[in-house]
Amino acid sequence: MTQQEWPLWEVFIRSKQGLDHKHVGSLHAADAAMAMQNARDVYTRRLEGVSIWVVESRHIHASNPDDAAAFFDPAADKVYRHPTFFEVPDSIKHM
Amino acid sequence: METLELTQEEQFQARIDADERIEPKDWMPDAYRKTLIRQISQHAHSELVGMLPEGNWITRAPSLKRKAILLAKVQDEAGHGLYLYSAAETLGASRDQMLADLHSGKAKYSSIFNYPTLSWADIGCVGWLVDGAAILNQVPLCRTSYGPYARAMVRVCKEESFHQRQGFEIMQTLCEGAPEQKAMAQEAFNRWWWPTLMMFGPKDEDSPNTERSMQWRIKRFTNDELRQKFVDMMVPQAEFLGLQVPDKDLHWNEDKKAYDFGEVNWDEFWQVVKGNGLCNHDRLQARVQAHEDGAWVREAALAHARKRAEKAVS
Repeated sequence: MTQQEWPLWEVFIRSKQGLDHKHVGSLHAADAAMAMQNARDVYTRRLEGVSIWVVESRHIHASNPDDAAAFFDPAADKVYRHPTFFEVPDSIKHM
Repeated sequence: METLELTQEEQFQARIDADERIEPKDWMPDAYRKTLIRQISQHAHSELVGMLPEGNWITRAPSLKRKAILLAKVQDEAGHGLYLYSAAETLGASRDQMLADLHSGKAKYSSIFNYPTLSWADIGCVGWLVDGAAILNQVPLCRTSYGPYARAMVRVCKEESFHQRQGFEIMQTLCEGAPEQKAMAQEAFNRWWWPTLMMFGPKDEDSPNTERSMQWRIKRFTNDELRQKFVDMMVPQAEFLGLQVPDKDLHWNEDKKAYDFGEVNWDEFWQVVKGNGLCNHDRLQARVQAHEDGAWVREAALAHARKRAEKAVS
């Protein structure tokens, strides 16, 4: 018996029109067509989706959690990017 | 080096204590990883083997409606197994290795599936009692500290409540039927009650992993806490059905606002865990055979995919 696993795929599902595809999990399949059918059977048995994306896991590049502090640091000290940073007089409406 | 390791471990525990979720690429202690792989794969194996006692009744379900429902339920169990294997794989476990460990007997699965399903009422008991106990175990796992496991459990729990209700409905139909049907329900209930109580695992004092699993927030309640909850939840349901709980020591304790109940037969529990239950051998054999019978499909699909990929290149 071969110990050869089918490749791993990540599954993304759009739950309804107007919403993003969201990661729901992964599965094994020999090719994209099978990944699509397996994704339907494993992740949408109760009408959880109207659209599926599958992508082989090896194609995903991820940020490194150990570097997260430095990597996301540039956003940390720019509070003026948020509207609440600015004070608006009470009498000013529609802003 | 040693102090650095310690700091990492302390930082990790601080994140857990702050109720932060741990994600696959985060640093984690080896023992945390190992504990999770063992628990999640064991859980996945249970879903897989759990299909066998019920699959046994698909061809003999008493009506087309019951057959369709049971088929959907068994399909759900396969899905639950797949969600869980995927979660374990995010920790670096390989699917092939996990299955190999199940098939060699190295890995365990829930002992409850080593009991036979002798009558249609057993299918009612499996849904109502066994899935009921599973839900109690699983709902707290939706908040377990490891993200992929928690997310898998959210999906499992959503689907599991249909399972319990279909089981209860089978029991209710039998209990409201002819005396023979009622007797069948009682007889199955008598056999399943105690093994279901064993599903929560050994008593707290005999469960050496509990303390650390609680500290890591993998587990949120102890075995005995969940067992007590289960009894308190199920006794009124059994009364509603007019079923007699097979425990002479069972009675309501007004002081603790909970039921007192008899001692589980722990000898039987350990015997089944060790592989000496009624169906251990059959279950494992059926699982291995299904896997081996499917080998040519797995190989052919892979060969087909390779051939098409080569064609696409040339």
